[in-house]
Amino acid sequence: MLKRPQYIVLGLVVLLALVVLNLPARTATRLKLAVGSLFLPLFGLAGAGQQTAAKATDAVLPRAELARQNESLRRENQQLRLQAMQAEETARENFRLRQLFQWQQQSHWKPRLKLARVILRDPANWWRTVQIDLGSKHGLTNNLPVLTTDGLAGRISSVSLTHSQVVLIGDPNCKVSALVQNETRDTGVIGASGPFDTSLVELSHLSRSANLKPGQNVVTSGLGGIFPPGIPIGKIVDSRTVEYGLYTEARVKLAANPGALEEVWVLLP
Amino acid sequence: MTTFRTTLILIAAFLAVFWEAAFPGTSRWLKAQVDLLPPLMVYASLCTGLTSIALLTVCGGLFFDSLSANPLGVSILPLFAVGIGIYWRRELILRDQPYAQFVLGLAASGATPILTVLLLLTAGHQPLLGWGTIWQWLVMSLGGAVATPIFFLLFGWCERAFGHRRVTETSFRPDREIRRGRF
Repeated sequence: MLKRPQYIVLGLVVLLALVVLNLPARTATRLKLAVGSLFLPLFGLAGAGQQTAAKATDAVLPRAELARQNESLRRENQQLRLQAMQAEETARENFRLRQLFQWQQQSHWKPRLKLARVILRDPANWWRTVQIDLGSKHGLTNNLPVLTTDGLAGRISSVSLTHSQVVLIGDPNCKVSALVQNETRDTGVIGASGPFDTSLVELSHLSRSANLKPGQNVVTSGLGGIFPPGIPIGKIVDSRTVEYGLYTEARVKLAANPGALEEVWVLLP
Repeated sequence: MTTFRTTLILIAAFLAVFWEAAFPGTSRWLKAQVDLLPPLMVYASLCTGLTSIALLTVCGGLFFDSLSANPLGVSILPLFAVGIGIYWRRELILRDQPYAQFVLGLAASGATPILTVLLLLTAGHQPLLGWGTIWQWLVMSLGGAVATPIFFLLFGWCERAFGHRRVTETSFRPDREIRRGRF
């Protein structure tokens, strides 16, 4: 049986837990960031470990392989420059036509990107978040979109001075308004993934007449105000009608793999 | 000795949480991350006092929640429930047996995530749950079970290496000396 002082300890811990759980959201976030900053010295250690491993891999890579990679990157760079030139020309043409028809200019997202390294992942199995090595001193604020070269990765959910938490696409707390690039331009909401396969997410709230086919591209619609339009999300895998045919749901294979993120780009306003 | 043990447990909790967040090896291969706080709690409940259990509960829970999307403090109560449950009945447990440590680790690592998820659902959050969660729960339980005897071994080694040893009394007593006479 427990003795009296032990009951006091028991009561104190339970009381403390209840107080912490019921703190106002702002205070709880501050406390969370303060406790998280205790890990700051180890963040550098983890980063240094990853860099050492990368350097060691580079050191043992043969010269022929490096030359081949260099050549491949040079070709890719030339192709991308050509594509950029074409895109510039298309944008100019689009601008002229808009002026001709007196249509309002669309607000494009400015490519103000900042590269960040993923330093920690969520230790709990029921959330999909990561920590990156950029914080408020680098100009980051809440709800900034986070991208990879393949597509959308998530959004910033909390920011401390030197690091930030990113809630990844597929987490229940990261809902994205999405648009399917088909004839009918169907819009829906990207929701949570399953606990097992993080690269498959649900696209819900599509109309029952949605014309979905596997392989169609899904991009951000720009509705909701957080994500600018046109960022690739993934491709349609399959679709089905739900709620007795009231609306359609689809599964989307994400373009960016949330389980293997190492470096991400934060889109600054 | 108790202070040394408590300090050692708290350092281990800090490093365990960091390891879970920084090295997602098991989550890549097995699609689930093993939680090392319940095995630590088993050790603390069997080998230390209630103060150490309370400190591990609060510090470990706060460390874990600070790196996770969990609401702050949600991991404290499940860890404490497991710790206090073992502490209550620790006189009846063969704590030196690896088999007992394994079974306790299995039970603690299985109960903690269930209690945490129940608390999250009660608080109105929507964690990622599905059929895959059963697999993740099995991996967490078995991983914690395997880690528990390892923690006992590691802490035993640390105490032998860094802790002070109790002075052992010799059987020699001067008042029991046999005096021989002349004959």
